Amino acid sequence: MTSRNKDAQITMDDFLVGIWRENPVFVMLLGMCPVLAVTNSVVNSLAMGLATTFVLLGSSTLVSLLRNFIPKEVRIATYIIIIATFVTVVDYVIQAISLDLYNALGAFIQLIVVNCIILGRAESYASKNSMLKTFINSLGMGLGFCIALLCLGAVRELLGAGSLLGHPIFGPGFEPWVIMILPPGGFFVLGCWLLLFSWFKQSREHKNQHKTTAEVANHAG
Amino acid sequence: MQAESLGFIFINAAIVNNFVLAYFLGICPVLGVSGKLNTALPMGLATMLVMLISSLCAFAINIILSNFDIEFLRLIAFIAVIASAVQLVEMSMKKFSPNLFRALGIFLPLITTNCAILGLALFQTAKEYDFLQSLFYSLGAGTGFTLAIVLMAGLREKLDLVDVPSVSRGAAMSLMLAGILSLSFMGFTGLGVTY
Repeated sequence: MTSRNKDAQITMDDFLVGIWRENPVFVMLLGMCPVLAVTNSVVNSLAMGLATTFVLLGSSTLVSLLRNFIPKEVRIATYIIIIATFVTVVDYVIQAISLDLYNALGAFIQLIVVNCIILGRAESYASKNSMLKTFINSLGMGLGFCIALLCLGAVRELLGAGSLLGHPIFGPGFEPWVIMILPPGGFFVLGCWLLLFSWFKQSREHKNQHKTTAEVANHAG
Repeated sequence: MQAESLGFIFINAAIVNNFVLAYFLGICPVLGVSGKLNTALPMGLATMLVMLISSLCAFAINIILSNFDIEFLRLIAFIAVIASAVQLVEMSMKKFSPNLFRALGIFLPLITTNCAILGLALFQTAKEYDFLQSLFYSLGAGTGFTLAIVLMAGLREKLDLVDVPSVSRGAAMSLMLAGILSLSFMGFTGLGVTY
């Protein structure tokens, strides 16, 4: 009964947790391969983010619907097959919408199957929670993933090609940093984002610590 | 495509278009297991073995699937084969070297979700390699993966002793390191053709 009660409460937190506190890329460091590989332009990042979000939503909702029917011993295999089905759908849909985009993303659309974010959600959340709750949580996670991809894609396109969404920003005088759209640039930009976040976290902890010591001092006084 | 020699395919997959540093495949195990040199090497070799098995199976599956005109099942079939190959390696490792089995821990079953392996199977399909070419391609990719993970582990063991700002400890520094490695591997570009 208790679990049913817990299931019934759907809070804003279920949605927001994926965007900020447990952001799949910046905090949990999951699914790094597509993050680094396809973010050399904003358009590619957006397409990849949306495709992954769709697969995440579809597969985790289905897993959550079937969670009482899947035997425990073969659950991982079942999850993978459910995910692979959705990825096949996305693969054909992108091919139908834009062949250029399909060629730019290459094998990485099919590689969504082995994205740890999706299997991780299925195993750790969808198999335990109700359908609606899972849907909302996955939506948050998917959006968090999209935001992370866009963060990287925007920086890399801006510096590497001097443009945003294909429109030149800096004018003709700008010499593009070609390295940013090549593989090493991906590692460097993600490394810098992580540095920024860890600096942010550290300075906040520092401030909190100061606050508590100040409060203790006040009380003592 | 047929003009590519076997040696060229091997060098290309191992060094010029290194799976980890140029294609970004299999980043998770490289960041996760490269903490120590003596677990990195077995991890690389285990991955190489799974690559070899799954690449040959993928070649067979392709023939069967295209005979029956059901190519849309390719992805699901590949994943099933890879999962079984990983299970095989896991069981034999548990029997022959239990210590290593414990040291690799969760990362051993996670080879299933290593994108380098599925990527290899997909790339060799896209490039329409024949049997021998697939064999050399998978050997090259495995060597490249082992090379990358061992290099990373060696560098990270050294870096543990260095005094760096505490903000940059952990993942951020590993990524910077991978970036520099990737930069140096770009120096090999002249050896072959980049796609």
